[in-house]
Amino acid sequence: MIPVSLTDIQGVLPETIVVIAALAVIMADAIRRGHSGALLPVLSVLGLAAAGAAAIFLWGTSGTVFNGTVFADGFASFFKVLFTVIGILTILFSPHYLKITGVRLGEYYALILTAVFGMMVMASAANLLMLYLGLETMSISLYVLAGSQRGDVKSAEAGMKYLVLGAFSSAFLLYGIALLFASIGSLDYEVIGTFFASDFHPGPLLVSGLALLMVGFAFKVAAVPFHFWSPDVYDGAPTTVTGFMSTGPKAAAFVALIRVFGVALAPASSLWSGVLTVLAILTMTVGNVVAIRQTSVKRMLAYSAIAHAGYLLVGIVAGTKAAFAATGYYLSAYALMNLGAFAVLILLNRRDEGSYRFEDLRGMGFAHPLLGITLSVFLLSLTGVPPTAGFFGKLYIFSAAVEQGHIVLAVVGLLNSAVGAYYYLRVITLLYMAKPEGESIIVQPAAYRFALVISALLILVIGIFPEQLLRVITLAVP
Amino acid sequence: MQIELTHYLLLAAVLFSIGVMGVLTRKNLIVILMSVELMLNAVNLTFVAVARYTADLTGQVIVFFVMCVAAAEVAVGLAILISIWRHRGTMHIDSVKLLKW
Repeated sequence: MIPVSLTDIQGVLPETIVVIAALAVIMADAIRRGHSGALLPVLSVLGLAAAGAAAIFLWGTSGTVFNGTVFADGFASFFKVLFTVIGILTILFSPHYLKITGVRLGEYYALILTAVFGMMVMASAANLLMLYLGLETMSISLYVLAGSQRGDVKSAEAGMKYLVLGAFSSAFLLYGIALLFASIGSLDYEVIGTFFASDFHPGPLLVSGLALLMVGFAFKVAAVPFHFWSPDVYDGAPTTVTGFMSTGPKAAAFVALIRVFGVALAPASSLWSGVLTVLAILTMTVGNVVAIRQTSVKRMLAYSAIAHAGYLLVGIVAGTKAAFAATGYYLSAYALMNLGAFAVLILLNRRDEGSYRFEDLRGMGFAHPLLGITLSVFLLSLTGVPPTAGFFGKLYIFSAAVEQGHIVLAVVGLLNSAVGAYYYLRVITLLYMAKPEGESIIVQPAAYRFALVISALLILVIGIFPEQLLRVITLAVP
Repeated sequence: MQIELTHYLLLAAVLFSIGVMGVLTRKNLIVILMSVELMLNAVNLTFVAVARYTADLTGQVIVFFVMCVAAAEVAVGLAILISIWRHRGTMHIDSVKLLKW
């Protein structure tokens, strides 16, 4: 038996803290029997903040722990901090949303924590089995979260759809892992990397394993043509959960893509980069074109999330350290702007739950200045207008692609950004160019306003000083 | 006839394909969940066969993890099914229609 050392424990300190926090939340909910007030969100935020601090503390480390199955490097630390930020923002938005939708569920916060834990494991996995376990921990928490609004049929259907298609795609991923295991004999990224770096023979077992692995990943990041579950699930799930699962899991899946395809399978890139190029082009185009035709803002954002996955895939195809750093930057920017946009939508939705019509936004920019300004920042950043973070994310990714000679990808990406500008700016036009229909009073709790302002400010700060963040990520890229 | 690793891998591939067809064509949500389980068990068969033929126990250990995850997935799946049953009174996939594909 291999003994566990203190270094091992230290390497997974953020994960440990998140799990302890999740257990504490479950216990607190059980002891207080649903009369816990602000205790659960406060506990969760404290736990996530401590985990984020631990991840920053671990920043300088490198290498692997637990017998080479878990990375304890800067890249993992960076994404662990990002996941805690996503978790904290989601939790700050949640109490108000749970109140207006009448969901009383103490487990809600615990499930967000376990989902964050799963993402952290995915980001630091150095072994395909670890990756699978992290992915499943995250996904199973999200299935429950998507279906957590039990009084609403839409939420139950979203949970069901997410579960069936999520389990279906995990099975593909796992079968790919099994076939790779059959042909290589190990699941460690390092062994897989040396195998592909040597003179290997791409037999049928190996190629079908790679193909299945790619299909599994494509499902998880909702790349076209494996995207059909995502608009429905994003639309039906509770809106805070939609914001959470359109950002965190996507970031986690892309870290895993970088580690598996970008690093371990890099020597065999002739086998997969062509397929990934086609996926990226399809994803960008279909996501944007279909988003234009949506009548619900929530559904429009769901399709725009697909389009953003396409831009991120360009970074994976480019395959250089600079491209991976750009992907990391874009993921951070995307997380902030997408979460924020969903959060403002929750407040601006005035009709029955879950309609999110464009008309609801008419003239709200003047009636509610804070909401108008923050939503405009989020949408401008999603469009990619300087000096927001979204602009520099696209700039870095596309320039990395051009450097590697992927001119077509960069051109398609730019054209798609122009298409995206149409539907994002239409919302801003509605916010400011139209007259509001009657008076409206919108309750804006302090925590909610705080989280909105922080997200918008962070987008502007990393948009005005993009070099600094990019340098931090570049130092960490594997 | 000697039974080789290839036979096990082919059997697993056939089982996996049956599972995929089940998910894509069946109309009952419970049968769909069962088909997903079939896919996962096909993967398990692959792992066990490889472990046997390479005399490396890693494959067998992985199977325990996969079984554990599959059990958790089914538990959540059945819970969500009950939630749908309470709203709709049926397990038919066509009743899940509020969100169009």
